[in-house]
Amino acid sequence: MRQSNTYIIVFSAVLTIILGGLLSLAAVGLKPMQDMQVALDTQKKILGAVMQLQPTDDVPAIYEEKIESLVVDANGEEVKEVDGEPIVAEKVSIESEFDKDPQDRLYPVYKYSEGGDQVTAYILPIFGVGLWDDIWGYIALNNDFETLAGIVLDHAGETPGLGARITSIEVQERFKGKKIYDDVGELVGIRMVKGETGEPSAYGDNEVDGLSGATITAKGVNNMISDYLNYYQPYLKKLSEGGAQASHRQEAGI
Amino acid sequence: MSTEVADKPVKQKEKSEDLFSKRRRKFISDPLNDDNPITVQVLGICSALAVTTQLSPTLIMAISVVFVIVFSNLIISLIRNMVPGRVRIIVQLAVIATLVTLVDQVLKAYFYDAWKVLSVFVGLIITNCIVMGRLEAFAMGNKPYDSVLDGLGSGFGYAWVILAVAFFRELLGSGAIFGFKVFEAIGLENFPNNGLMVSPVGAFMILGMIIWIQRSMTGYVER
Repeated sequence: MRQSNTYIIVFSAVLTIILGGLLSLAAVGLKPMQDMQVALDTQKKILGAVMQLQPTDDVPAIYEEKIESLVVDANGEEVKEVDGEPIVAEKVSIESEFDKDPQDRLYPVYKYSEGGDQVTAYILPIFGVGLWDDIWGYIALNNDFETLAGIVLDHAGETPGLGARITSIEVQERFKGKKIYDDVGELVGIRMVKGETGEPSAYGDNEVDGLSGATITAKGVNNMISDYLNYYQPYLKKLSEGGAQASHRQEAGI
Repeated sequence: MSTEVADKPVKQKEKSEDLFSKRRRKFISDPLNDDNPITVQVLGICSALAVTTQLSPTLIMAISVVFVIVFSNLIISLIRNMVPGRVRIIVQLAVIATLVTLVDQVLKAYFYDAWKVLSVFVGLIITNCIVMGRLEAFAMGNKPYDSVLDGLGSGFGYAWVILAVAFFRELLGSGAIFGFKVFEAIGLENFPNNGLMVSPVGAFMILGMIIWIQRSMTGYVER
C-alpha cells in the first residue's frame, strides 16, 4: 500500500493526539491515588525504622498515634514556616533539599513515642549516593542519642542481589543497637566493613558486616549516615543538654 | 456463470469459522510449547532474567505483558489497513509505549510496592521483542479476533516460563513461595539459601534447563 506524505503526516498527528490524550487522562485521573500511595509509603518507611509493620496494620492510624514531626535547620533551631508558609515535615523532600548547601537545608525530625509523653526514639531521614543512583532511608536513634533503634534503607537503582540488599531486613537488622560515637566520644557513625563474615560478634560498636560484592553501595551508606548525623548534631546536642538539665532539675527537686 | 455460483457457498463457509476452530486453537497452544517465545524463539530474555527473583512481582510482570501484548495486537490489527507502511514500526512502538505507560501508572496507583520493584522493567516491556514481533509478524496481517488469540498465546507462553523460573529462584534463593517460608514450615529451619539463585546467573541456569528439558521432549532442533 503506497500512501502520500500528507496521509502519513495526518495519520501520525491523529494517532499522537489520541494516544497522548489517553495518557494525560490516565495521568490526571490516577494522580490523587498515586500521591496517597507515596504518602503512605513515607509513613511506612518512617515507622519501619523503629518497628516491624505487618501487612495488615493500619499504617496511617499508627503513624497518627505514635509519630510527632517537626523541622529543624542546620543550627538545630526549629523552623515553623518558610516565606509565611507553614512547613509540614512529611512534605519536605529530602531529595531536593540534598541539592542545597547543607547550611540552607531543612531537616525533618520524627519523634516516636511508644505511648505516653516520653519520646522513645528520634527518626531522622538520611540521603546519599550509592553506586548507580541515589540511596536514602531513615535512621532511628534511641533517646540516649547514641544507640541505634533501627534503620531503613532504600535505593533507586542498586544492583539486585548486591547493592540492592540494603533494603533487606536481614541487612538492616545488623544496625540495631550499634553506637554512633566511638570510645573517646567522637561522632563516627556506623560503618559497613568491607567483606562479609556473617558473624555479628566480629565487629565493634561502630561497625557492621559489609555487603560482599557491593562495596561502593556500602560506602555510600556509611557516608550518608555519618554526613546526616553530623548535620543533625546541633539539634541532638540541644536535646541531650535539655534532657540533662531537665533530669538535673528533677534531682534537685525543682 | 456456473463457476461463480459454485464459488459462493465456499466463501461463506470460510467466514463463519468456529470461534475456537483448530486453526485458532493453535494460535494459543503453539506459543505455549512448540513455538514458545522465550525458550524457542529466545526473545524477551532480559526481563526473564531480571524480574524473576520472586514470584509475586513476576506474576504482576506476566499479567502486564499479557495485557500489553493482547491490546497492542488488537489495536494494531484494527488499524492495520490504515497504517502507512513506511511508518508502521513507529506506529507499533507508539501503541506499545502508550499501553506500557498506562500499566505503569495503574501499578503506581494501586500496587505501589510492586511498582517500586517493577517500574524499571515494566518500562522495558516497550523493548520486549515478543510484543513488537507479534505486531509485525501477525497483527499487521490478521483480523482482530485472531490477533487477540495470538496475543494471549504468546503472552501466556511468556508468562509460564518466567513464572517457572521465578518459582525455582524464590524457592532455592529465599526458601519461600510467594513470600511464604516453605522450608521453615516443613521443619527445615536451617535450609541454606542459594545466593546464586538470587543473582541473574541463577536465572540463566534455570532457563537453560527448562530449554533443555523442553527440547529433549519435543525433539526441536535449531536449524
